[in-house]
Parts: sequence; structure tokens; C-alpha cells
Amino acid sequence: MNEAAAPSKPARAKGSSAALPLPKDLLVRMHEVMVQARALEERLIQMYKQGHGYFWIGGPGEEAFNVPLGLLMKKGQGPAFDYLHAHYRQSGTLLALGEEPIGALRQMKNTATDPYSRGRNFAGHFSKSVWNIAPVSSPIEVQYAMAPGTAHVQKRHGGEGITIVTGGDAGTAEADFASCLVWSSRPGNELPILIVVTNNQWGISTSAEGQHGEKHIADRGKAFGIRSKTIDGNDPVQSYLELQEAMAYVRKERKPFLLEAMVSRLYGHSSASGANFIGNETDCLAGYESYLEQHGVLGRAEMEALRKKWVEALAEMARQVREEPQPEGADIWKFIYKDRE
Amino acid sequence: MANMAQAIRMALHFAEQNLGVTDVFGEDVGAPLGGVFTVTQGIQTAWNSPLDERGIIGYAMGIAMAGGRPVAEIQFCDYIYNTIDLLKLAGSMHWSSAGDWNLPMVVKTPVGSGIRGSIYHSHSFDATATHIPGWKIVMPSTPLDAYGLMLAACKEPNPVMYLEPKALLRIPGEERIPGEPEEPKALSKMIDAPLGDRSKWAPQWPALSEFEVPLGKARIVREGSQVTVVSYGRTLPLCKKAAEALEADGISAEVIDLRTLWPYDWEAIKASVEKTTRVLFVNEDTEVTNFGEHLVRRTVEELFYRLSAPPRLLAGKFVPGIGLADNLEHASVPQLATISDAIRTLAAEEP
Repeated sequence: MNEAAAPSKPARAKGSSAALPLPKDLLVRMHEVMVQARALEERLIQMYKQGHGYFWIGGPGEEAFNVPLGLLMKKGQGPAFDYLHAHYRQSGTLLALGEEPIGALRQMKNTATDPYSRGRNFAGHFSKSVWNIAPVSSPIEVQYAMAPGTAHVQKRHGGEGITIVTGGDAGTAEADFASCLVWSSRPGNELPILIVVTNNQWGISTSAEGQHGEKHIADRGKAFGIRSKTIDGNDPVQSYLELQEAMAYVRKERKPFLLEAMVSRLYGHSSASGANFIGNETDCLAGYESYLEQHGVLGRAEMEALRKKWVEALAEMARQVREEPQPEGADIWKFIYKDRE
Repeated sequence: MANMAQAIRMALHFAEQNLGVTDVFGEDVGAPLGGVFTVTQGIQTAWNSPLDERGIIGYAMGIAMAGGRPVAEIQFCDYIYNTIDLLKLAGSMHWSSAGDWNLPMVVKTPVGSGIRGSIYHSHSFDATATHIPGWKIVMPSTPLDAYGLMLAACKEPNPVMYLEPKALLRIPGEERIPGEPEEPKALSKMIDAPLGDRSKWAPQWPALSEFEVPLGKARIVREGSQVTVVSYGRTLPLCKKAAEALEADGISAEVIDLRTLWPYDWEAIKASVEKTTRVLFVNEDTEVTNFGEHLVRRTVEELFYRLSAPPRLLAGKFVPGIGLADNLEHASVPQLATISDAIRTLAAEEP
């Protein structure tokens, strides 16, 4: 892991877009979604602190990894497209796929208009079947048990659709992570699945140092013959390039890849731990903005204007959401079963 | 007549041919064994999984999410307990996503006592399963119902828990499965895998046809006028036998096979209890927070003034396990004699 947040690829001629590691418009797009994601999470935290939500959990500090992931996903419904079995820090990925941020605010305010759970679930618990986004749930491991199942259907279906599963480092202690490695690498039945661990080195208040003896979580893939890598998830350029390579491998070879991304947890675990900014963690957005400025991709004023635009837009959305109705009590009886056709 | 194992096997064959079942899987479910109770022998889509119950349930959920239709097996329900949070997740997915996702999946697992299975092959699961909302839960007591309930389960857009009373899996039925050959041994020759080398064996399936037992519908197994006995699974045939024997003593018992535990057929129970004014619920799961306790509670709340005696529950003893020795097993779960006694006592009970 790089100590600095700045991209590890060597800087080329200052101001020369031809020497950039990725097309300039892509660098700009990544920045915009990262800003949007950060502004969204900070608005959600503010809503919690103002009493416009009961609980906050999310992904500020993971934008540099989660945004490229969304930009690289094959978006659509069914096995020809990518499935995402995410954990609750994935807003950057959803926004990168083109999701409107107001949905997350509605879920925070548990309104009847909440598009993911109609006021039933916590913030950050996305669900969107038309884009193959599996419902996020609070247990931190179950997605690792489910994800091989969608990959199984995709293997049989053929094509380029893959399954992506994400979770945190602490959750890899659960049996489901081992299940994921075993079921994804059955000889002759290897699955097209990208197994992601975003490693922020914390499980709520417990440091990984005293709990995990493995040097890298990615090393666990080696025992199963799963191609594995640990990368700097605070670097959006490196994340994009590494994800691109890993996803191309999974798409083409129809085999698993275990990718461990070292990331930050900028506001702690959740509102349960205060949701205050943690000053000694690397801020991937600040690092990326320095990089963009240094390489002449974006100017400081432009970036500040962009941030202001999204902060204001989200504040306006939050005001709008406040006026929206809560679900009726009688709603509890809806959606217990799907009707048979 | 087909036994229950053969009936479920034929249902799975019909379902993979006609109802879109894509994967029948679990530990030892595929060739060469075809399931420890032979239920999946010869099934084309059957395959062996790692020995990992959480993996099995999670995988089934994923298959269902991606448009497949899995029938997953947990080899004995005694080993399903480490999957409880995944079962809860499967049961809540449609609700928590406000209808965005649904899981058309079946989990089947052998349950209960009756094969001298000792502590870890005799558990029941109906009390626990009925604590998990969002599932439909079935438990057949005859081969024909086993066939019809499996077909209904494989058409469901929701998760279905299919409990197989293991003591009944080898008992031949009294009714023919639609398409089953008339000659009793012919079916075995056609669909039972041979002992020894099976590498070249393939089943010869009879021309099966559609027969669905709708979920949520009970069956009156025997009509009677003085006592209603509601049961399912292993204890159902015992209730029927007890009721038949008690006829000679002038006791008329109506026996209802619930077949679906959730959502259950309250109308059938209610109509019968209103007629007989006495009801006994029988199952073999442990009696504390037992599903039968719920039925007792509902009977008290809705039918109290129609009753001539308190509703009764006869269930398994609340002890940590079922011991291996005959005496231990018999003392733990309802037997013919205890069921007969319970019916007789209830029939005679006066305010």
C-alpha cells in the first residue's frame, strides 16, 4: 500500500494529457462521481445529526475504489450483465452506474418513496434488480455466500457477464468468505466472480492488527489457485487499471479473481461511533484532487465549484425528502410473498 | 406403489423436465450416490456440492436471483442450524427490498425421528422453520402428496422449505403417482439405481404427468365427529392408525393432514373443530415454542366458546436430543400408544 494517496503511476509531463495514465475525460468523470459520492455521504451524515434519520452507515473513504468499479461494470439485468453483491459502503459504485443520489437520502429518511426498501432498511442498503444490484443487508458476510450462485448461472449462460462481491476486511473472518473461495474455485467449475475485499483495517472499533495474522487477505486466494492481488484502493487511477485488468480476466477466462483494496474509513464505522471525520486516515479525494491539479487536468477553482454544486444540490434534495411521506403501518403486510403468476 | 423417496425423485424429474428446475444439489446429491435416502438418483441436473451448508443455501439464493430455479438439499435438518441467518435473509429478501427481488428456490431436508438416528440425525425443524417469515413450509405424509407438493414448490416464486419425514421415505403409498406403472416391482426396476457400479446406469422414467397439491391446503384423512386430530409428517399415519383403532371403542376421531405448515389451512381446522369441539395437535418437534402451540393459541382465541375441552398438544419432549436406544427415542417423541391415549383422554374429557 502506498503511504501517499497520490497515484502510484509515475507522473508524466505536467499539463500534458497525452501522458496521462487514463483518458482525460475519464479522469474528470471519476473525479466528478467521487465528489458526488463524498457530498452524498456527508449529507447523509448531516441528516443523521439533524435528526432526519435514525442511523448512518456508508462509504466515505472508499470512493477511489468504488467509483472505478461502477464505471467498469456491465450494467443491465440478467446473467448477460454484471451482478453486484455489495456491502453497505458502496454508494460510489451506485452513483458511477448512474444512480440518482436522492434515493439514498430517501432511504436515510425512511420515506415511503425510498426506492430500495420503502422505509424498511438503513441508509446505504441499496437494491436495484434492473441493474443486477442485489439487496444490501446488514450482516457483513452473507453476500460472499450468495454471490457464487449468480456466477454459477453466468458460467452456464456464457458471454461476458460476471459477478462482483464486495465486503470489508473484518467480515472475511466469517465462514462465508471461505465458502466463497471454495465454491468459486471448484476444479472444472471455476466461476466468473470478482471477489473484492475493501480493507480499511477496522471492524467497528477493533483493529485488524490484533485479529488477523495473515499478511494480506488476498493471500488466502493462493491456496485455491485464485489469482489475487492487493492494491492501493485510495488511488483511483491504480484502482481503475487494476480493476480493468482483473475484470477482463474474469470476463474472458470465466475464473475467479480476489482483489484486496486498501482503503480508508473517513467517518468511522457508522453513526454508532459518532460519524466524525477521522483526520489521520488518507483522504483519497484530497489526494486525487492534488494529482489532477498537478497534472493540469482540473484547476482548484473548478473542483471547488463542482464540490459546491453537489453540496448545494444534495442540501436541496434533503429539503425535498423531508416533505415526503413516511410509509403507513399497514405496509408491513406488503411484499411478504410474491404472487404466483 | 411408489414410496416417498421414489415419489420425490419422480417429482424432481418432472420438475427439471417441465418446470424449469435448473439445479438439484447438495452433499452427495449427484451421482454416484443420488442422495443418502436415494431421493435424487438419476436426476439429470443433480450435482454434488462441497460439504458446506451455508454455501449450499447461499448458492441456491444466488442461482434463484439470476433466473435459475434451484432445489437445494441439506442432508439432515440437524445440519441446517448454521444457516439460520441465510434462511432469514432468503425469507426477508422480497420484503426488505419492497418487492424488488424474489427467490424461487426450494430447500429440502429430511427431518424427524424413526430411523434410530440418535442425537444428530433425528432433529425436527418445523418449530424453527415456522419462526422464519417469508418461507412457505410443507411436509408430506404420503408419496402422492410428496409428489404434488414438490411440483407446487417448484412453481413457487418464493422460497419453499420442503421437510421430508425420513421415517416415511421408504413406506409405499396407497395411491398411485400419475404415470406410475401398475406392476409393483416395475417402478423399482425403472428408477432405482443398482447396487455396485452405476457408471453405465440411467433411469427409465415412467410417463409422468402433472399433479399439484396446492400449498396451503390441508387434507381430511379420516372423517370423525368427536375429536379433531391435526398432524403432519411422521406422526400423521400414527394418528390415522390410532383413530381407526379407537373406532372399535366408540371414539370417532377426525384426522387432518396439514401438509402445508405455512401458510396453513385454518379454515379446514376451524370447520372441523367447530364440528367436533375437541382438538389435539400432534407433531414431534420439542414442545416448548412448538408450532402446535401457535395452533392451540389460535384455537383458544377464535374458537374458545365452541370447545368442550381445552385444546391439547402432543409433541416431543423438551430435552436436548433424541437418544439412540429404543426406549430413549420412544420416550422422546409421540408414538402410536401415546397418540391413542391422548385421543382417548381428550374424547372423554368433560368440563
